[in-house]
Amino acid sequence: MTDGDASSLSGASRPRLPRGVRLKHDDIRNEWLLLAPERVLKTNAIAVEILKRCTGEKSLDAIVDDLASTFTAERSRVDNDVRALLTELATKRLVDL
Amino acid sequence: MNAADPSRPVGLLAELTHRCPLGCPYCSNPLELDPRQHELDTASWKRVFSEAAAVGILQLHLSGGEPASRRDLVELVAHGAKLGLYSNLITSGIGLTQMLVSKLAEAGLDHVQLSIQDSEPRSADHIAGYKGAFARKLEAASFVTEAGLPLTVNAVIHRANVRRAGAMVELAVRLGARRVEIAHTQYYGWGAKNRGLLMPSREEAEAAIGEVEALKTSLSGTIVIDHVAPDYHARYPKPCMSGWARRTLNVTPSGKVLPCHAAELIPGLEFWNVADHSLDEIWNHSPAFNAFRGDDWMREPCRSCSRKTIDFGGCRCQAFMLTGEARNADPVCHLSPHHHVVETILAEARDDTHPPQPYAYRRLRPSTAVRRERLDISAD
Repeated sequence: MTDGDASSLSGASRPRLPRGVRLKHDDIRNEWLLLAPERVLKTNAIAVEILKRCTGEKSLDAIVDDLASTFTAERSRVDNDVRALLTELATKRLVDL
Repeated sequence: MNAADPSRPVGLLAELTHRCPLGCPYCSNPLELDPRQHELDTASWKRVFSEAAAVGILQLHLSGGEPASRRDLVELVAHGAKLGLYSNLITSGIGLTQMLVSKLAEAGLDHVQLSIQDSEPRSADHIAGYKGAFARKLEAASFVTEAGLPLTVNAVIHRANVRRAGAMVELAVRLGARRVEIAHTQYYGWGAKNRGLLMPSREEAEAAIGEVEALKTSLSGTIVIDHVAPDYHARYPKPCMSGWARRTLNVTPSGKVLPCHAAELIPGLEFWNVADHSLDEIWNHSPAFNAFRGDDWMREPCRSCSRKTIDFGGCRCQAFMLTGEARNADPVCHLSPHHHVVETILAEARDDTHPPQPYAYRRLRPSTAVRRERLDISAD
């Protein structure tokens, strides 16, 4: 279960794409897509980097640290982006937290 | 943010067979069903899936009829997985054993969509025309979730279950579904044949819509509700198939390729078969696919309408069925000069003075064939 408030997400939760939701690079269209039941979602470059790290192994905090250092970005901004995306996808049941 | 590259299809509905143990009176299959001996063989389906991946198809919907009636289902799923296609099994649940579900999961199946006829067992079995179907569906749902596969429950709404639309959402939650489709009946195929018995009154339909919309909010994060409203009651038509030949194609059990499952009812369209042409040729060049692409075919009021890129003039099949001409605006639209036809049908749906009639159940052939179908399933 999840609720819709991004700030209430625990930094210790380990987000993962559940079975039935797949991140796929479509070589024909040359773009990353999120495949889900009856849905094909286009994903921008930031979302792809976040979702690639949602394997159920890393905590949300660790994902934010990783992204902030990999892309030399401000941590609080990355934190906001990650929480916003995961909250939106969890509401659609496309990610488990 | 749905991917929308109109030059390439996104989804393939593979109707592996028309055999099905159930007889649902709203089935979207055509009245003329393909018999088993006309079904594509395993090698042909695998070739079709390979051609689908090459043309840009991302999602493979394995449907029917009941796809579990095919003994090569696991092999077909494995082939789709090898190609990287997202596979979705659309099933009645009858014929799904624990062993079969676990083999499908191992073969790489991505998702299962299970039909439920009602939340009341007796009514559910009556609608399906199959005693014990409801209990077997609950069992099938547990096989799916125990195998770790994501489950969607699909419920078609009509007069016999319209008061339990919300109860069916709650049943889907209890069954462990992550997603539920509440779809008001669309009147094609057997649904058109049984329309008088299926159509709820406007009041009943609106009450059901309100109930389900409220659940969307209260169950957010628990289950995703996809809601298909009844188009006869709408002001504008549905954007049928997201536009003719724009996103999906449908292969029938005998290999005919259609822009939508009902397209064969439009006279004069020429459909090509996978035995004679590649999917790429069919998508780009077959006469049926090009018949209503773009907007050159449109008549008024669609041609000059600002909504033509939103709803594409509605449904060509419905336009043909209700006005006799597929190029007319879908008469569901209040701007259609034929809209009175829909109003007349709706007025009749409120008339309960006739004694209830039995459904014309969807059957391959008369009852002897049905008994044989059931044996086929249990032999698996």
